[in-house]
Amino acid sequence: MKKEKVSLTFPPSKVTFPLMTLLVRNFGLEVNILHADIHLNKTGKLIVELSGEEENIDNALQFIKEQDIAYHLFNGMLTWQENECVHCGACTSVCPSRALSITAPDFYLRFNKEECLVCGLCIKACPLKLLHLAHRENGA
Amino acid sequence: MSVKTIDEINEKISEGKAVVVTAEEMIDIVEENGPKKAAQMVDVVTTGTFSPMCSSGAFINFGHSSPPIRMTRVWLNDVMAYAGIAAVDAYIGATELSESQGMAYGGAHVIEDFIAGKDIRLRAESYGTDCYPRKSITTTINKDNVNQAFMFNPRNCYQNYAAATNSTDRTIYTYMGTLLPNFGNVTYCTSGQLSPLLNDPEYRTIGIGTRVFIGGTQGYVAFQGTQHDPGQERMPNGTPVGPAGTLALIGDMKKMSTRFVRAAVYEKYGTTLFVGVGIPIPVLDEDMAVKTAVSDKDIYTKIVDKSGKTSFSQTVTYQELRSGFVTINNKKVPTAPLSSMVKAREIALLLKTRIQKGEFLLTRPAELLPREANRLNKLDIRGV
Repeated sequence: MKKEKVSLTFPPSKVTFPLMTLLVRNFGLEVNILHADIHLNKTGKLIVELSGEEENIDNALQFIKEQDIAYHLFNGMLTWQENECVHCGACTSVCPSRALSITAPDFYLRFNKEECLVCGLCIKACPLKLLHLAHRENGA
Repeated sequence: MSVKTIDEINEKISEGKAVVVTAEEMIDIVEENGPKKAAQMVDVVTTGTFSPMCSSGAFINFGHSSPPIRMTRVWLNDVMAYAGIAAVDAYIGATELSESQGMAYGGAHVIEDFIAGKDIRLRAESYGTDCYPRKSITTTINKDNVNQAFMFNPRNCYQNYAAATNSTDRTIYTYMGTLLPNFGNVTYCTSGQLSPLLNDPEYRTIGIGTRVFIGGTQGYVAFQGTQHDPGQERMPNGTPVGPAGTLALIGDMKKMSTRFVRAAVYEKYGTTLFVGVGIPIPVLDEDMAVKTAVSDKDIYTKIVDKSGKTSFSQTVTYQELRSGFVTINNKKVPTAPLSSMVKAREIALLLKTRIQKGEFLLTRPAELLPREANRLNKLDIRGV
């Protein structure tokens, strides 16, 4: 069993293509949609987590590529220099999965690695530059 | 009717008998005891804010070289400082960008590095005069080898601020952070119920000469800040529904700490400076007890479209903004702060401790801030 976070970019002509259904039916994958930004006749973005046999995931990615849908694997991990953080909250404003959150009552920044899509938006949004992309270790 | 004077409060502080609470603690005290009793119980309320404040900078006097130079152009770590004043004085502004690193480093970083005790590369040019013959100099400076270095911030502590969103279909990059397309997020920037001027909304106690906590040390209110706009629309509790009063602050930069002054970069906007400020408010009477008990549910601001493409405006409370979501056009939109509540609380608590220990006395303003004034002027394109 393997899990892979993938960003998919649909060209306007493909936004009505039932890709998720086909991934489930033809490749036996479990699909978890983490973020979606799809509009008719516009380039669409989808971030999904695919779970299944490694071979099936590889075949599914090949299939996606054949449909002219671009994909990008999130194979890094985010690091946060917590000790330097001032907990301003700017990073939370762009985090699509709410992996970075700042909530009542204490308003401390919290980072939930499990929820992180490794999209990298927060890296530039952090005014103190305390978030970085690191390569994931093997097996992680 | 006055319950006590600032002199009486200072006497209590000196004797270690003053009752000092933070602006957040005051909310419950007034709720439980009523303002009349609270005014008798509490002597001082401490406030705090830690926000990006672009209109910040510092004057530094470098000392004279031999032979001397009348510096006409000055760079600190490749960031230009204003030198159109006396021979070896310069003003480094927080938002000035590095000539070699662009937006990655700016005047704010020079200030943070200076406070951290690092060596800063000084480069200066001149045309040379009979009395100042040297035409250029390159050296290093730090906080131990310059003369005066004082932060002088023309506009800090904005009394409330508009929250920001973006109506367009592309991401925009602003001093209010990254704003996602189609009302994708809302950012806001005050410490709300802990904010200094929101706890003294009519400037009864904070004025010119008021001693403040700034950047870890004691400083002063030098004047009304630039764009001070007391005529802003206000709620019945006196708090403005948008940007209103401001403070020009001054403080000894050599005594500051990077715990309370940090350089910041906003993507595709530029650099700015997080400044930590705390102001003690004397609870002189029942009215000040009511004012210092203001809470986020009673403070309003407007969400505005920072793209400038629409006149969108929606009034919300800070309680709604702090909940993490607001509703815009029937859509749940995530909100995010840009001003640190963690740091604001740290400052209010530290100031409380310093007053309790008798290390920080209150001041009576030499002059009050303007409470009524014409609204702000616009810069029109005028004939020349």
